[in-house]
Amino acid sequence: MPTLDQTLDEVLTLAAAQFKVPRENLSPDDDFFQKLAIDSLQALDLLTRLENHFHVELPDYEMQGVSDFRTLASRIQARL
Amino acid sequence: MREFKGQTLSWGWKDAVIELILHRAPGNEIGSVTLEELEKFAAVLDDLSRESHALIMHSSVPAGFCAGADLRELFERSQQMKREEAIRSVRDFLERIHAVFNKIDASPLTTIAAVHGVTFGGGFELALICDLIVADKMTRFCFPELRLGLIPGFGGIPRLKRDLGNAVVRDLLLTGRSFNATKAQQIGLVSQLVAEGEALRAARATAVQMGKFDRRTSAAAKQFVKPIPHEELCREIDIFCDLFAQPAVEAGLRKFVESTDALPYLP
Repeated sequence: MPTLDQTLDEVLTLAAAQFKVPRENLSPDDDFFQKLAIDSLQALDLLTRLENHFHVELPDYEMQGVSDFRTLASRIQARL
Repeated sequence: MREFKGQTLSWGWKDAVIELILHRAPGNEIGSVTLEELEKFAAVLDDLSRESHALIMHSSVPAGFCAGADLRELFERSQQMKREEAIRSVRDFLERIHAVFNKIDASPLTTIAAVHGVTFGGGFELALICDLIVADKMTRFCFPELRLGLIPGFGGIPRLKRDLGNAVVRDLLLTGRSFNATKAQQIGLVSQLVAEGEALRAARATAVQMGKFDRRTSAAAKQFVKPIPHEELCREIDIFCDLFAQPAVEAGLRKFVESTDALPYLP
């Protein structure tokens, strides 16, 4: 099983690729809504890509209030 | 009428396959104009069916197949009416939607929903009237109605119960959570899962396959395995209208309308 740091790294890489932002511009504690300039519809898109990538289910109510990459990665890690 | 181009949807006919295309940005929200145009489609469906074997529904809107009912229109219209009048108006709308959906559901054609992106609420219910759902990997399904103090009103629960086990139906309905196409295929809702942007191509290929079979046989098979749950559909309208009379619904709709978020009812 990957470590939390590995999962976090994959989340950042995937988010950077999806929203066409340089990977080095993203940090674990960034607010992804602000940093990626995305709305909830795009966040839902990111959620689906993460689920497909990690082969997990992420109920959206568990994502409520989650806005930084580190917490997002920990939610994924809990379901790996 | 083999071709039609309306404000919210269009349809065309080619090689015995009808394609119904939703094209109302941003999310194909189903309001009164969509309903009128769906009624136009339902009115010509018998004629079209005589020279067709399949119907494909899809969306040309990038956000997805359909985000559900036009809640802004629903809220604004109900604000202009007294409560009893608003409830009558909602019932009228639902009965008309159900008439169209039941007609397509019972059509002798084999029907395919080719879906992508947001397939929520009434949009999910629209997909459920089809015989097959072909979904791309980025499709997301959801029944968010409980967040508004309502239940799905376009026939979603009876049709979901027809297709899936009751435990799964309870999960999707009572949690109101959204789920992706992979999950939808695992629970038996989606018949084909395809790569992003490939749902329509896959649906067209499936329609070609269906054209190889005798139409009367296909229609008989469909009628045998896909009964319309009329009694439950009527009960659904009653329950929806009872709930719509509750003050919580007005508050939920107001919150939705006043939000500037792209998907105000999530998570």
